[in-house]
Amino acid sequence: MDDQAVLNITPLHALHVSLGAKMVPFAGYDMPVQYPLGVMKEHLHTRAAAGLFDVSHMGQVIVKAKSGVYTDAALALEKLVPVDILGLKEGRQRYGFFTDENGGILDDLMITNRGDHLLVVVNAACKDQDVAHMKANLTSCDVTLLDDRALIALQGPRAEAVLAELWAGVSAMKFMDVVEVPLHDVPCIISRSGYSGEDGFEISVPEAHAVEVANALLEHPDCEAIGLGARDSLRLEAGLCLYGNDIDTTTSPIEASLEWALQKARKAGGDREGGFPGAERILCELANGASRRRVGLKPEGKAPVRSHAKLYADAEGQTELGEVTSGTFGPTVEGPVAMGYLPVSHIAAGTTVYAEVRGKYLAMTVATLPFITPTYKR
Amino acid sequence: MLKFTAEHEWLKLEGDVATVGITQHAADQLGDLVFVELPEVGAELTKDGNAATVESVKAASDVYSPLDGEVVEVNQAIVDDPSLVNSEPEGSAWFFKLKLKNVSDIDSLMDEAAYKDLIG
Repeated sequence: MDDQAVLNITPLHALHVSLGAKMVPFAGYDMPVQYPLGVMKEHLHTRAAAGLFDVSHMGQVIVKAKSGVYTDAALALEKLVPVDILGLKEGRQRYGFFTDENGGILDDLMITNRGDHLLVVVNAACKDQDVAHMKANLTSCDVTLLDDRALIALQGPRAEAVLAELWAGVSAMKFMDVVEVPLHDVPCIISRSGYSGEDGFEISVPEAHAVEVANALLEHPDCEAIGLGARDSLRLEAGLCLYGNDIDTTTSPIEASLEWALQKARKAGGDREGGFPGAERILCELANGASRRRVGLKPEGKAPVRSHAKLYADAEGQTELGEVTSGTFGPTVEGPVAMGYLPVSHIAAGTTVYAEVRGKYLAMTVATLPFITPTYKR
Repeated sequence: MLKFTAEHEWLKLEGDVATVGITQHAADQLGDLVFVELPEVGAELTKDGNAATVESVKAASDVYSPLDGEVVEVNQAIVDDPSLVNSEPEGSAWFFKLKLKNVSDIDSLMDEAAYKDLIG
């Protein structure tokens, strides 16, 4: 079909098709939304054992100072990201976001200190824009989008056991550690992180060996291929933001309840206070609070409340408060779960608000995020 | 008599009452259902108007009324356990029973052979 002809494919595309995946367009890629197991069982399998996700559509970008010195690259990237990158130790990873002059979020990303350079992983839909943004602003650095590597996420309580079949050293890794090791003699970069709320890994693999590594992991009886459908319900139960839904240029990091991602060095009174786009607003909101916040929302009934559902203070739809930014059915929670933005007057856990769904006003309770207990190995 | 619509519903006619459900093909396309909302008994439905809503983990979908008629019974079992629609869409997981306004309207719908051609 014509619309598929223009879609990119990942190095694992043929593997997905051979596994019977239902393929859909996502961020310009033809991606597996589910396999024959189905979204519900894929989700539950990931929480109970291990799931393998193809996230090769995401952008893997090397940022290296022309001087070759890590601190130069770190200080350069700190001009675009309000987190402490200078203080990030070698072989460690940290969450962050690119902010704009208004204090909005241009994208969220993972940043790793790889010794003499930074490895950043950005969202697929934003990667061209992010690379252009870094190239334009990090003139002291070489910014290189790696287009010859796959990215495989392995998530779940059995992820360590599955990966241990290929590399026994995995058990020494802690949450947010990053190492470079050979798997089946293939040089891979492994981080102990993910997007499911479970312990797990993201494995960067040279494209030519991606299928071989994926198949080696899938050989383990505890490991199943998992599609984007379950990836979304897993991350939502874990309270993790999806860029474009829960965060974007209209939301500040403080409104998005992401202030935990800002370390002391970049806050008021820190060694490198401010110095990132939108610092004035973001530091002001840190000190004085934002007028609205991202919160968890638990529908009281059985109906899922999806993104863009309007939220009201009353069951008649008189006083509009905000809207749902992500919502689905949580297979582990065994009920609908959602996130959205509410004015600070309505963010206390247990507050009831009403979402407009198909002309009805459904009660939702403000809930503490995450909806599940994460199993990160700290 | 068993009839089908291009919206992937089936109708089984007994007298002037049609039992309405969604086809196996539709259930497979929708994936694991987690929520079903049915019309009220007594509701007057019009052909192609909204009759019910089904939701999978991923998305909400409308189920349209295949013909004009009055809802005389709904299947509470699929509200209580939406996964029945995935396991037995053309059996116990029917949606509602519609007392047809004009029984002869059903002749305009597809028979099983025509529906099978449609879904290939």
